[in-house]
Amino acid sequence: MLNILDDTANPVEPFLRGDRMPHIWCPGCGIGTTVNSFARALIDSKIDLESLALVSGIGCTGRVAGYVKLDSFHTTHGRAIPFATGLKLANPKLNVVVYSGDGDLSAIGGNHLIHAARRNIDLKVICVNNLIYAMTGGQTAPTTPSHATTSTNPYGTFEPAFNLPHLVEAAGAVYVARWTTFHVRQLARSISEAFQKKGFSFIEVISPCPTLYQRRNKMGDGLDTMKYYKERSKIKNGAPTSEVGLTLNGEIVVGKFVDRDRPDYQTMMRAQYVEILGERYIEESEMECVCG
Amino acid sequence: MKADPHGVLTGTHFLDGDHACCEGALAAGARFAAGYPITPSTEVVERFAARVPTVGGTFIQMEDELAASIALQGGVWGGAKAFTVTSGPGFSLMMEHIGYAAMTETPCVFVDVQRGGPSTGLPTLPAQADMMQARWGSHGDYEIIALCPNSPQECFDLTIKAFNLAEEYRVPVMFMMDEVVGHMTEKVVIPPADQIEVTPRKHTRKSVEDYLPYQTNGDMVPEMAHAGEGYKFHVTGLTHDERGYPNMTPPVQDKLVRRLQNKIRSAADRICLGEEDRLDDADIVVVSYGITSRVAQRAIDAARNRGLRVGKLRLITAWPFPDKKIADLAAHVKAFVVPELNLGQMVREVQRAADGKAKTVAVSHAGGGVHNPDEILNAIVEASRC
Repeated sequence: MLNILDDTANPVEPFLRGDRMPHIWCPGCGIGTTVNSFARALIDSKIDLESLALVSGIGCTGRVAGYVKLDSFHTTHGRAIPFATGLKLANPKLNVVVYSGDGDLSAIGGNHLIHAARRNIDLKVICVNNLIYAMTGGQTAPTTPSHATTSTNPYGTFEPAFNLPHLVEAAGAVYVARWTTFHVRQLARSISEAFQKKGFSFIEVISPCPTLYQRRNKMGDGLDTMKYYKERSKIKNGAPTSEVGLTLNGEIVVGKFVDRDRPDYQTMMRAQYVEILGERYIEESEMECVCG
Repeated sequence: MKADPHGVLTGTHFLDGDHACCEGALAAGARFAAGYPITPSTEVVERFAARVPTVGGTFIQMEDELAASIALQGGVWGGAKAFTVTSGPGFSLMMEHIGYAAMTETPCVFVDVQRGGPSTGLPTLPAQADMMQARWGSHGDYEIIALCPNSPQECFDLTIKAFNLAEEYRVPVMFMMDEVVGHMTEKVVIPPADQIEVTPRKHTRKSVEDYLPYQTNGDMVPEMAHAGEGYKFHVTGLTHDERGYPNMTPPVQDKLVRRLQNKIRSAADRICLGEEDRLDDADIVVVSYGITSRVAQRAIDAARNRGLRVGKLRLITAWPFPDKKIADLAAHVKAFVVPELNLGQMVREVQRAADGKAKTVAVSHAGGGVHNPDEILNAIVEASRC
């Protein structure tokens, strides 16, 4: 006989801070869906949760840090990546995830994004891209497709948008994928794969903001957006990232675009010091504790 | 606890202030620095970059000062003692993260080798015009500690002190050097490691179940945990409760922000360091700090030779400001003479603390050089005539 109670026990609940619920996200928002996929990836990859730290910036997605039962840091606007860089360098044993939004990571934090990719810092970056500044009321982001209406472009945007997979590939990321919040299993699989990579990994998740982006652009509600993602997404693994730019109401190319290997920052750093300093080099792991 | 001997370059050296500051940081246990080049401070991190791989630590040159000033805080939560180094324009960019460190109670040190401003100003020449920015530069109500060395030896000694205070109070400490102190070369004695006291991190010994990241136990300074230790704690720059959870209500804001202020203000007497000389019979007190204190010394000596009753108060701790010391002196001196390489910053504090009980005379200098001792002497002579 079907046990309804058992079936309703949420398998991702142990990864969340139940005492912080309810969350602040709007009905139809996709961020919670991405957290669900993230938690499933943690289950699937059997990753040690005690060695996992999550760093967020500011914005709707920035609030993820507050809801996950992990060592979690809600930093300043745009600076999740440099904070995470310091965390990783000071404690190389940590698995460090950066979980933030498109505005946070690619506008105010855009410089840090490209430099962390260039250095190939071993960070897993999950970028929830809702194509807009949502927390502040729906302003234009660097990711907003041309001709979309926003609160700061009430007559339609005319700036070209960033194609984030193309940007981070060019800057040096070793793993680049894009999914939508319709692709929950593929997203979880990509996050699991990124955990297996050493180096700068970037996963973009196209996510609805029914309150501000979809409503203002007459794209319906959360469910309508799911239908749109289902109908207009095209899985093209290995697609050239130069060809995956997003347009208003256009096709959304999803898939794993980049999966390559090159030494990460700390591997290169150790190799350089060992070569030049030999036995004089002392690794951080041999460092004395500051705690007394 | 005693310093880790790996980081201590025991011996007698001939060092400039920037290099001495770096050695102080290493002796204090700093094993992580994130920086961005800027004159006249860069030598500190250049030396750190050369030294730290041999003592078990990391330096990273970040893409800008915004990144440097938050990467160092990531380093702290990862378990390291960490600092960054900059000068005026970079210090301006770091302001948001000084606020973040104050709000999240991240123990760390910001070194500012001051140069002339505003804006790009005088990259290679001294000033002391960031003193108010050090105190008030980030938004909101908070307290920091600021120290002002006046010699390479003090750049070593007080950098250790800066790290120790940062750990004791879980507060960002501003290390306010100036171009002259940074670039002057003098004898620096580095003692053996077992003679250097370093303050360990206030790390929790509580179990995971009992630990609340921002709970205090009477002394207003919560215990810290590091990422990766199993505590699964949350840190945010939002107003937060004892669990570290965001709570944006006036009572929680009031409790938190008052504690952040009071943990420093209530300890001001213990934090405030100064150097005093010939205050007993003084009716004029020269209040100075950093390189200006060495120029002031010559003026004080000259004034004494003329029979003027002049004393010296050198501020080693600029923030918290030694209100009580100034108020006590104001009760029985005629005037304070305050020379500084700005158009009047700390003199306002002297005036405030003196509260009308003694006259306050500013000897301002826009920066780019140091005072001529005669300018200070003339101010002393003038003040003594009143």
